[in-house]
Amino acid sequence: MSLRLPVARSVLQGCGARSIAAVRAQALASSRFATARRYASSKTTTMTVRDALNSAMAEELDRDDDVFIIGEEVAQYNGAYKVTKGLLDRFGERRVVDTPITEYGFAGLAVGAALKGLKPIVEFMSFNFSMQAIDAVVNSAAKTHYMSGGTQKCQIVFRGTNGSAVGVAAQHSQDYSAWYGSIPGLKVLVPYSAEDARGLLKAAIRDPNPVVFLENELLYGESFEVSEEALSPDFTLPYTAKVEREGSDVSIVTYTRNVQFSLEAAEILQRDHGISAEVINLRSIRPLDVDAIIKTVKKTNHLVTVESTFPSFGVGSEIVAQIMESEGFDYLDAPIKRVTGADVPTPYAKELEDFAFPDAPTIVRAVKDILSVE
Amino acid sequence: MLSAAMHAHRAVLPASRGVSLLSRAGSRCLATATATGTGASGASTSASDDAITITLPDHSFEGYLVEPPSLEFHTTKGQLLQMYKDMVIIRRMEMACDALYKAKKIRGFCHLSVGQEAIAVGIENAITKLDSVITSYRCHGFTYMRGATVKAVLAELMGRRAGVSHGKGGSMHLYAPGFYGGNGIVGAQVPLGAGLAFAHQYKNEDACSFTLYGDGASNQGQVFESFNMAKLFNLPVVFCCENNKYGMGTAASRSSATTEYFKRGQYIPGIKVDGMNVLSIYQASKFAKDWCVSGKGPLVLEYETYRYGGHSMSDPGTTYRTREEIQNMRSKSDPIAGLKMHLIDLGIATEAEVKAYDKQARKHVDEQVELADACAPPEAKLSILFEDVYVKGTETPTLRGRISEDTWDFKKGGFANRD
Repeated sequence: MSLRLPVARSVLQGCGARSIAAVRAQALASSRFATARRYASSKTTTMTVRDALNSAMAEELDRDDDVFIIGEEVAQYNGAYKVTKGLLDRFGERRVVDTPITEYGFAGLAVGAALKGLKPIVEFMSFNFSMQAIDAVVNSAAKTHYMSGGTQKCQIVFRGTNGSAVGVAAQHSQDYSAWYGSIPGLKVLVPYSAEDARGLLKAAIRDPNPVVFLENELLYGESFEVSEEALSPDFTLPYTAKVEREGSDVSIVTYTRNVQFSLEAAEILQRDHGISAEVINLRSIRPLDVDAIIKTVKKTNHLVTVESTFPSFGVGSEIVAQIMESEGFDYLDAPIKRVTGADVPTPYAKELEDFAFPDAPTIVRAVKDILSVE
Repeated sequence: MLSAAMHAHRAVLPASRGVSLLSRAGSRCLATATATGTGASGASTSASDDAITITLPDHSFEGYLVEPPSLEFHTTKGQLLQMYKDMVIIRRMEMACDALYKAKKIRGFCHLSVGQEAIAVGIENAITKLDSVITSYRCHGFTYMRGATVKAVLAELMGRRAGVSHGKGGSMHLYAPGFYGGNGIVGAQVPLGAGLAFAHQYKNEDACSFTLYGDGASNQGQVFESFNMAKLFNLPVVFCCENNKYGMGTAASRSSATTEYFKRGQYIPGIKVDGMNVLSIYQASKFAKDWCVSGKGPLVLEYETYRYGGHSMSDPGTTYRTREEIQNMRSKSDPIAGLKMHLIDLGIATEAEVKAYDKQARKHVDEQVELADACAPPEAKLSILFEDVYVKGTETPTLRGRISEDTWDFKKGGFANRD
């Protein structure tokens, strides 16, 4: 199967390019990788995550008049990160709505519209700003179908950038996957590749429940191969994990941009230590594909989780607990190890910020530790 | 005795809501002679269809950036009678809630609207089923007016399966067709209401959203965010502040730098309305609906009202105000007594007939209480616990109970980890 490494384009902030360029150099040097690329199907296209999201929304707006987009700078500015580029021109002001900087208000307004049967796509310029609207997301959207005894649905997608960018410091770098992941009534999706982005966003927009869709700013510009099937206007993905790289010695379970670092780490482990790592891309936090995690643990008997959330009460903690309580526990040859963000508000200086989030070398360290390799 | 022709959008006969709550058939009961068999006199029957002109007292309205509605309006005697009956049913229903709460059949929070009945009734009579209404947790009267039966409301409060939310919501989370709750977080309903209006506009409907909140909620930031977007987008929303003078135990003057709530919309016109007079409310609400539906954008209404009871059943309501004040409002400004006087003065009903309506309402509510109390609670089954977290057929594969053994598998329709 082909290796799912992104073909790196220039990363917006520059310093993030370090690891991608390094990987590219390694990848080109690695003949196995080059062979896989050479034999790639001639029918595949590449697409950036940004274009994947844009095309997904365009198709869904086209398909269903009740779908509309609302958020800051989504219309005339063409999107703060250009994800909604061209959509105002194509669909008009009624379908793509610019709002003032009032998250609580416009998230609540969108929820109200959803209660009345419309299907809003709410863009939070960053999920850091969703904290101002979290009551609307949790109390007015997520819980309503239950509180109303199933008589009042709320079909809505909250999407936007989540987790770290580079150099944006403490108030703009938090990862909210664990917080939203704990709420019954929500679904929480975490796409990685362009195909993930297309399929999951289209599924989320069609889902009659409220969905939190966590994107990553640094992935927007990354290009991925997409299959023919993924280009179909009816392409949707189920909310299940995906095996990005098969392996036999250790399982690395992760999501969003950390998939990239995990794949890099897998390359390093193979090349330098002959360790075969399996990389699982969760794609969904709620529901969490515990079956896929158990399956990979049964195969490799070793598990490392990787996430950008703060270390306490995070997604990795949840995975550890799930495995402990399942038959997966019996297949572990070593305790599970978590790689997470650091327990600090994100610092600004690059030398310190580099310690705040996972990277390939740290993942390699974690794997070597549980495999007792020097 | 009321002809069905008078209010085509309302069912004449009481209809039980049962479990099927999605019917829009408008099942609100009119505790009428048809149900009880005792007729109101023939003189009233012919009189009740007559048109009538009402002239409101001078102090009924105060306008801000807008000419207040006319003090004179036309209606029918039948409509006035209907409003009376509606208010009495709500009053009786709320008093039943009080008793049921004290009997421990209603648990948790219970916020009663005794004294404020005119607002739910006045608004409903001014709008149609196409319009939307949303309010806070003080919502029992609105739920009834929007079409739920008294039985279904009380059943929900008592946590029964036949309740409007199937026992999953309780007092603060009541819903009905065109009624979006019942909202527990103070002020959260205001942006939701603006969103309902957004949807009306999006779908090009001749309808508006009545979005109610209290003096306590009026200072919330999200209220101002809603005002701003409503004005910018020209949304057909009527922001209605039910100013009952107290936000829980805090007098309005202690919470609000200005208590002129009808002016808080700043760039949005506002009207202050006597909230103890159902006729003023009716006229103002009609004016507001016409304003919105004709494309003039949002409006703010302040209904000046009063609650005789405490903030909720846990609050006696006498530690922050005097009993004299409460008694004074009850004796001088009661909305039901006020309309009763009009009915008698205008010859729409005699004292005896009004007493008969009171008795019918009490009887109806008593019957509905019994019916509700006889309803079963949800079965104590985990399958029901996990139902409705997500729309049926689109659930996550599993949901966890208190321990992992209690994990429910939706495809299996049973437990995931037990054999």
